[in-house]
Amino acid sequence: MEKTTRSATTEETVLKGSIQESLDQSAGKEQTFRAAPKMDKSPLHGMWALTQRDLRKWYKNPILLMMSLIQPIIWLGLFGKALNFTSFISAAPGATQAQTNQIMLSTFGTTSYFSFLVCGMLAFVILFNSAFGGMSVVFDKRFGFMDKALTTPISRGAIVIAKVLQVVVRSLILAAIILVVGAALGMETSQMTVLGLLGAFGAMFLMAFGLSSLFVMLALRSSDWQTQMAVINLLNLPLLFASNALFPVKIMPSWLQTVVKFNPVSYANDAARQLLIGATGANSLLIDFGVLIVFAVVFASVSIILSWRLLSK
Amino acid sequence: MMEVPSLQKAEISIVKVENLSKSFGKLKAVDSVTFEIEVGEIFGFLGPNGAGKSTTIKMLTTLLKPSGGNALVCGYDVSKSANEVRRSVGVVPQEYTADEDMTGRENILLCADLYGIPRSNSIPHVEELLKLVELQDAADRKVSTYSGGMRRRLELASGLINYPKLLFLDEPTLGLDVQTRAAVWKYIRTLKFEYHMTLFLTTHYLEEADSLCDRVAIIDHGRIVKIGSPEELKASLGGDVIVVGVQESTPDISQDIAKIKLVKDVKKSDNNYRIKAEMGEEASPQIMDLVRSKGLHVTKISLTKPTLDEVYLEYTGRTLREEETNRMAMMSQRINMSRARS
Repeated sequence: MEKTTRSATTEETVLKGSIQESLDQSAGKEQTFRAAPKMDKSPLHGMWALTQRDLRKWYKNPILLMMSLIQPIIWLGLFGKALNFTSFISAAPGATQAQTNQIMLSTFGTTSYFSFLVCGMLAFVILFNSAFGGMSVVFDKRFGFMDKALTTPISRGAIVIAKVLQVVVRSLILAAIILVVGAALGMETSQMTVLGLLGAFGAMFLMAFGLSSLFVMLALRSSDWQTQMAVINLLNLPLLFASNALFPVKIMPSWLQTVVKFNPVSYANDAARQLLIGATGANSLLIDFGVLIVFAVVFASVSIILSWRLLSK
Repeated sequence: MMEVPSLQKAEISIVKVENLSKSFGKLKAVDSVTFEIEVGEIFGFLGPNGAGKSTTIKMLTTLLKPSGGNALVCGYDVSKSANEVRRSVGVVPQEYTADEDMTGRENILLCADLYGIPRSNSIPHVEELLKLVELQDAADRKVSTYSGGMRRRLELASGLINYPKLLFLDEPTLGLDVQTRAAVWKYIRTLKFEYHMTLFLTTHYLEEADSLCDRVAIIDHGRIVKIGSPEELKASLGGDVIVVGVQESTPDISQDIAKIKLVKDVKKSDNNYRIKAEMGEEASPQIMDLVRSKGLHVTKISLTKPTLDEVYLEYTGRTLREEETNRMAMMSQRINMSRARS
C-alpha cells in the first residue's frame, strides 16, 4: 500500500517538472499575458472580497434596506405604542403611580414597555436578517456563482464565514438604525453610555454571528429556495416568541420559561437591556456574554466543518 | 486549417486520467475512463446529454470527488492536492456563473480576489482579458444587461484570470448564434496558438469538435468509446467516397481503378463508379487521369468526406442531430425558467 503511494508521488513530481519545462520552452513567444503573480495562499484570502460583494449589492439597493426596516418600525410604532402596559396597570382601581412602577419594574425590569420592546426589536431585526442570510447561499448555488467560487482556491470555510460576516454587518447596521428610530419615538435613553452601547452591540454581534452561522449551515445542502423558506419560517417565529424579545419571561408558563433559557436570543436581549436602558437582568452580564460566545463559536465552527463536507459532492 | 506552430509537439501529459469513475447512487455517470491530454493540444469530449462529459470536467476541476480511479491535473492529484489543481487551471462552466448585479469588470476582479491575486496585478490583467474577449466597451455595465454571447465571453475572461496553463471549457458554445460561436472559436484558437495554452472542451457539436480539436474522445454512457484525432476517427470509417460519372458505360475499368494505391473499393453502377479511397483529394486526380487514359470522358465527379457525424453514429448507434434537437428544447425551457425566476 505504502509502496504504491510513494511511486505515485514520485510520478507526480517528475510530471510537474516536465510540464514546467515545456511551458518554459513555449514562453516568450509572440503574445503572452503579464507575468503570473504570487497568489495569496492564506486560508482567509478572498473572504473579505466575498463579504463586500454581498454588502455592495445591499447598499446599492436602498429599497431592500427600507423594506427590511419597515417591519420592525411598524412593530415599534403600532404594537409598541398600542401595548402600553403602564396605563394598563395604572387603570386598575386604586393603583398608585408608585405601585404601577413597582409592578413594571418587577416584571419588565424597567418602567417603560416601549424601551423594553425597542431592545427586543434589535434582536428581531437581527434574527430575521440572519435567516435571510441563508437564502443568499441558496441563490448563489442556484445561479451558479457558488460553483464558480468553488473552482477557485478560496477555502470552503471562508465562503461560509464571508456569508456570515455579511449578515452580521448588515444586522448591526439595521439594529443601529432601529435604535435611533426607537430613541426618536420615545425610548428611555437617560441610562445610555458609550460603553453600554459598545457592550450591547458586542452582544448583538455574537448573536448575529451564531444565528447566521446556523442559517447558512442549514442552507449549505439545499439549492431549493422554497425549502429554505420553509426552514426560515419554521425557526424564526419560535426563536422570536420563545424568547424575552417581546414579553418578559416572568409572565410565561414555566415550560416556556425553560425553553427561553435555551434560546440564545434571550441572552442577547438580556445583556442589551441591562446595557442600554439599565434594566434589571435575569442573568449577570458575565453569564449572558459567556453563553453568547459559546453559541457563536460552536455554530461558526460547525458551519465551517460542514462546509468542507457539503460544498463538495 | 491552421498549421501547428513549429515549436515542440511536447509529448508530455498535462492531464493523466486513469479509470476515473463517478457514481450517483446506482447510476454510473462516469464509468472508468482513461485518457491523457498533451501539453498544448485542444482535447475534446464529444457526446450526447448525460454521457458524463460535465461530470468528468467537474471531477477534474475538483467540484466533484471521484468515486474511483485517479486523475493528475497539471501534475497534481485532484483528490489530494485540490487547491493546487484549482490554482493551476481555469474553468469556464456550462452555466452562466457571473453575478448579474455586478458589472463585467467587477465580476472578473472578484474572481481575481478569490484566487488571491493582488490588486496591483489583477487590475491591469483584467484590462488585458477584457480586451482579449472584446468586452472593454461593456465592462462597466451590469451583467444583467449583457447578451448571451457577451456573458459567455465574460465567463471565458473570468476563467483566464489566474493565468491557467490548462483551461476547461464545458460546452463553450451551447445555445450561441453562429456569429458568436465563430467568435468563441477564434478566442479558443488564440489561446492555443498565441498563448500556448492547453484546452479541454466538451461539446455535442460535431463541427466544433472537428474544426477545433486536435484529439477527440467520443463518450457515451460514461465510457470513452473511441479516442483519436478527428481525421483518424473519420479514417477509421474507411475513407472518402468519390463518385465518378463517365460518358461511356463500357469498358468496365473498375479493376484498373482498384489498382490505384489509395483506392480501397470500387463499385460500378451504370455509368457511375463509386469509389472508397483514403485521402480523396489525392486519389481523385489520379482516378481522373486513369479514366482519361482509357479514352473515356468524365461527365461529373464528386468527393464526399466522412463527417464526425457518421463516426458518432458508428460508435454510439445514434446520430447527434436527434440529441441536438432535444438539447435545444431543453435550452429554451431553461431560458424560460430563468426569465420567470428573475
